[in-house]
Amino acid sequence: MSMLQIEKLNVWFGRDRDRVDAVIDATFDVAEGQSFGLVGESGSGKSTILRAIVGLAPTWSGHIAVAGAPIGKRRPKSFYKQVQMVFQDPYASLHPRHSVDAVLGETLQLHGFTDIDARVVKLLDDVGLGQKFRFRYPHQLSGGQRQRVAIARALAPEPELLLLDEPTSALDVSVQAEILNLLADLRQEHNLTYLMVSHDLSVVGHMCDRLAVMKDGKVVETMDVAALRAMKAEHPYSQHLLQASV
Amino acid sequence: MMQTLLDVENLWVKFPTRQGVFDAVRGVSFTLGKERLGIVGESGSGKSMTGRAILRLIRPPGIVEADHVKLDGVDLLRKSEKDMRAVRGQRISMVMQDPKFSLNPVMTIGAQIIEAYRLHNSASKTDAHTKAVEMLEAVSIRNPERVMRAYPHEMSGGMGQRIMIAMMLIPNPEILIADEPTSALDVSVQRQVLDIMDKLVKERGMGLIFISHDLNLVADFCDRVLIMYAGRIVEVCDADKLHEAKHPYTQGLLNSLPRLDAPRDRLEVLKRDPEWSKAQSVSGRV
Repeated sequence: MSMLQIEKLNVWFGRDRDRVDAVIDATFDVAEGQSFGLVGESGSGKSTILRAIVGLAPTWSGHIAVAGAPIGKRRPKSFYKQVQMVFQDPYASLHPRHSVDAVLGETLQLHGFTDIDARVVKLLDDVGLGQKFRFRYPHQLSGGQRQRVAIARALAPEPELLLLDEPTSALDVSVQAEILNLLADLRQEHNLTYLMVSHDLSVVGHMCDRLAVMKDGKVVETMDVAALRAMKAEHPYSQHLLQASV
Repeated sequence: MMQTLLDVENLWVKFPTRQGVFDAVRGVSFTLGKERLGIVGESGSGKSMTGRAILRLIRPPGIVEADHVKLDGVDLLRKSEKDMRAVRGQRISMVMQDPKFSLNPVMTIGAQIIEAYRLHNSASKTDAHTKAVEMLEAVSIRNPERVMRAYPHEMSGGMGQRIMIAMMLIPNPEILIADEPTSALDVSVQRQVLDIMDKLVKERGMGLIFISHDLNLVADFCDRVLIMYAGRIVEVCDADKLHEAKHPYTQGLLNSLPRLDAPRDRLEVLKRDPEWSKAQSVSGRV
């Protein structure tokens, strides 16, 4: 079964003379339990696709379906129980004046959980932080720890599909390894589906099963990671990207 | 024997805090000739602080101490603030990480470059304009006249970074300190910016200090590499031999990178040995 289906997705910003087409006719499919990567340079529209899925880019047309259910202009509350997003910059995505406990507690409350205390403890354990970080503020955490909190927040409503927007590009390589390992573990434990955006082909090669290469808003090629590793890209742009990253 | 441009001996950067003095850089020594010297390490390892300390850009309460920081035999630490201003930009230039935060958003690119140029040279506006256009061409910007009239937000990241490099190069400095100049850029654009810097180092005989967290990039691009950990240099090696590095920290960093040609189920996580931060700094002098 496909967890996420995207057909002829167009996303644009502005109107008339100032209109920018950020995504043009994007079509791809992510199977349940799969990890799918989106690569391309900045401005190619890869993050915009994620934003369109969760409703942060309201001007789109085409077909998006999550677990078979098509998405309309308004997303029901149940949608956000199913789909969650982790943002690129852990320094910007956490409220500076909310403690870790408040961030996770509020999310849980909004999703209608009642056993909040136990769940906060569980979430912190899941992302490898533990109790002692519960009452800290973001400025008391390192970049990697912040990203763990952001991942815990995304896991709070027990989603099935996790959208990862460059989850490690703001982190050191040593910390990147920890976060990528954590994401791999969580996918197995919670049976998650990932849609991951990255400009780093080796990260996508490590994390994903399949990937799509984007350029100027279009998906130019979809391929398996095995093909990527064997340097068997067909489109000249993907070949160029491969060569630049080895 | 390579001519030494910069000679740094026993450099310390200290910040007094409520919990006592924090040493950001601890006794670093190195020399720079007409070469590309890379400084790598994680965030917080003191690599950017080293670059800033050379230009004395550490603001109080931060303290810079060293036996000497010699530029052509003259100790920079003994210069007055006024003399220092003649060094910054003129003789040692610095390119910062993110063009978004380093260019003035409400001035056109042209006005900024011209201002920088006229600050250091007594030139007429028209001469400065010609010079600015020339420099933009030197960093492979197409249609420089249009770029001169544009504002920073109209530029892409790669163009912004090239503009910064152009600004830094106008006074024809002897040394360029590039602090993560390509981290905000895409791989394909990254290459272009590096090629430009490479060309400038070769053609003008500049010394380049290239600060980066990207090991592969440094191995590829630099001649010599200093690896920093917790404010100290833990290892010095030739860039092309970085992959044969001996220090466990360097090896750990290299192993934590995912690789396309060698897939693994789990990435190796760096295990830190407290001994690393206690060990004496390795000298990076030639």
